[in-house]
Amino acid sequence: METGVAILIGLFFSVAVYLMLSKHLVRILLGIAILGNSVNMLIFTNGRLTREIPPLIPPHLYTPETLTANPLPQALVLTAIVISFSFFAFLLVLAFRAYQELETDEVNKMRVAEPENDQTPPQGY
Amino acid sequence: MAGSSVSVDYADAMIMTPIPAGDWLIVAPSLITMVGGALCLMLRKNTDLQPKVGMVLLGALVVASLALLIRVLDHGVITMVMGNWLPPFGIAVTADALGATLTFIGSVVAFCAGLFGMKTVDSSGRRYGFYPFLLLLMTGVCGSFLTADIFNLYVWFEVLLISSYGLLILGNDRIQLDGAVKYGVLNLVGTNLFLIATGLIYGIFGTLNMADIAVKVDAMENPASGTLATVAALYFLAFAMKAAAFPVNFWLPASYHTPNIVVSAVFAGLLTKVGVYALIRIFVLILPASLGYMADVIGLVAIVTLMTGALGALAQTEIRRLLGYLVIAGIGSMLAGLAVAANDEKATLAISGAIFYAVHSIIVMTALYMSAGIISMMGGSFNLRQLGGLYQKSGAFAGVFLILAFAVSGLPPFSGFWPKVMLVDAAFGDDRFWLGAAILVSGFLTTLAMGRVWIYAFWRGGPEGTPDGQSVEVTGSSQAQLSGGAVWLPLGILTALVVYFGLQPEWMIELSTQGASGVVDPLGYIRSVLGEQG
Repeated sequence: METGVAILIGLFFSVAVYLMLSKHLVRILLGIAILGNSVNMLIFTNGRLTREIPPLIPPHLYTPETLTANPLPQALVLTAIVISFSFFAFLLVLAFRAYQELETDEVNKMRVAEPENDQTPPQGY
Repeated sequence: MAGSSVSVDYADAMIMTPIPAGDWLIVAPSLITMVGGALCLMLRKNTDLQPKVGMVLLGALVVASLALLIRVLDHGVITMVMGNWLPPFGIAVTADALGATLTFIGSVVAFCAGLFGMKTVDSSGRRYGFYPFLLLLMTGVCGSFLTADIFNLYVWFEVLLISSYGLLILGNDRIQLDGAVKYGVLNLVGTNLFLIATGLIYGIFGTLNMADIAVKVDAMENPASGTLATVAALYFLAFAMKAAAFPVNFWLPASYHTPNIVVSAVFAGLLTKVGVYALIRIFVLILPASLGYMADVIGLVAIVTLMTGALGALAQTEIRRLLGYLVIAGIGSMLAGLAVAANDEKATLAISGAIFYAVHSIIVMTALYMSAGIISMMGGSFNLRQLGGLYQKSGAFAGVFLILAFAVSGLPPFSGFWPKVMLVDAAFGDDRFWLGAAILVSGFLTTLAMGRVWIYAFWRGGPEGTPDGQSVEVTGSSQAQLSGGAVWLPLGILTALVVYFGLQPEWMIELSTQGASGVVDPLGYIRSVLGEQG
C-alpha cells in the first residue's frame, strides 16, 4: 500500500512543480495547494499505513501487539494542514488584491516594485 | 484511570522534580510576546494607548531575554519540557548560548523598531495591527531561536511568516501587493521544503527532538548516505531560501523596499538571520556528517551570494533596494562561516565568526534601514539622484550614517570588522582562499556602494540639477516626524551598539565562541535535553 501511495505522492509533486513553473499566479497558487497536500501525504505515509488497528497498548505490554500506524505523523499532518490551509487562504486573497491593483495575473508583468526601466545610479564620485 | 489496579511509576515517563523558577525564563520571550500580541490586538481601536502597551511589552521582552542570557551563561544550557514528559517524548524548549544571544539581540532590535514605529506608523497602520504583528513576529523569532524540537521550529517559522505577511501589506499600496506576492509565494514554498525534510527525518529516526536526532545520527554507521543526503539537501535549499542566499534570493530585493520603513528595518534585521540560525543548528548540531560533503556547495553558494549582494548594491539608485542587496551580501558571509565549519579544527572559529556576523548584521541592517527612513524624511526621497545636501541639515546624522556605512562594509573600528577578521582567518586556515577573497572583495564593493550613498545624499550640495550649496526644505509632516526622540533614540541605541562591539569586541567574541562551541561540540546541549545518559 505504501508503494502505491508513494507513487501517487510523486505524481502530486510533479503536478505541483509543473503548475508552479507557470507564469500565471492562479496556477502557481494551485501548485502551492497541491504541493502542500503532497507534503502532507508524504508525512502521513511516513507513519505506516494500516487499516482498522488502533494504536493502543494493552496494560500488560510495553509495545503494541501488532504493527500499527504511528499516530504522531497524523498529528503533525493535522498541524500542517491547518497552517497550509490558512496560508493558502491568505495567498488567495493577496493574489486577488494584487490582480485588482496591478490588473494582471502574469508574474512577468508585475513590475511595480521593480520597474523595468529603472534609473541607473549616478556615476562617478 | 479510575478503577484500574495497575500501579504506574510516573517517574519513568515524567520529570517529577519541580522546575526551578529561573528556568521559566526560557518560555518567557515567546509567552510575553504572544500574550502581548493578543492584548494589543484587543486594543487595536485605541491607537493612542496601543503603542504604549506595545512598548512596555517589548521592554519586558528585552529584560526577559537579557535575564535568560545571563542565566544561560551562569548555568550552561537549560531545558524545559512541555507537560513534564521526559524527552524525547516531551517537546523540549532549550536555551543555549547561541539561541539566547540571538534572542537578546533580536529583542533589542524589536524594541528599537517599536520605538521608531511610534512616529513613522500612522494611526491607520496602528489600527490594522502594527504592534500586534510586531509582537507576534517576535513570538516566532524567539520561539525559533529557543526550540529544541524540529517540528516546533517549523511551527515557529510559520508564526513569524504569517506575522511578516501582515506587516508587509500594512498600508495596502500597489507596490506592497506586488512585493508581498513574491515574498509570500517563495517563502511558502521554502517552508514546504522544510516540512518535507522534517517529515523524512521523522521517518528515518522516529523522533523530532534535535538532541535525540543528533545522538542517532552519530550512532549511524554511514551517516553520509541515502535518505539523509536528501534530507540535508532539502534543509539547505529550504533555509537558503529563508536566508535569501543565491540563487533563491529574488524575493528579498523584490519585497523589502515596499513596506513602511520600520517594517523593512525589522525584516532586514531579523528574518533572514533566522534562516541562517536554522542552517547552523541543523548542519553543525544535527547533521555534521552531511556538512562534510555539503561544504563545497555551501562555499560556492556563499561566494556567489557575496558577489550578488555587493554587485546588486552597486547597481541600485533606490537606497532601500541597495540595502536589501547588502542584507544578501551579509548572508553570504555567514554561509562562508558555515562552509568552513566542515573542517573540525576551524569549526569553532568559523561558526563564532558567523554568529558574531549575524549579531552585527541584525543591528547594523536595522539601523541602516532606519537611517534610510530618516534620509527620506529629510530629503523627501529614497532616490540617490534626488537627494543631496543632508550634511548641512544634520552633521551628526551624517556622522552616524558614515559609522553605519563603515560597519556594514567591515571597516574598523566598528562591529563589522571583527567577525570578518574571524571569517577570513578561518577560511584561509581551511585553504578556502576563494571564500576568504570573496568576503574581502564583497566588503570592498560594499564600501564603494555605501560611499556613493554618503557622497551623493550627504556630501554634495543639493540634488541633481541644483547648483551646489542649495539645500532642500524639509517638508512639514516630516519635520513633525523628525522632532522628538522617537526616531533618534532607537537609531542612537543601535549605533552605540555598533561602536561598542567595534571598540570592545571581547565580550561578543567570547559570547559567540561559547555559542559556537555549544553547537560544534553538542554534548552539553544533548545532556541538557536528554539527561546524563545522552
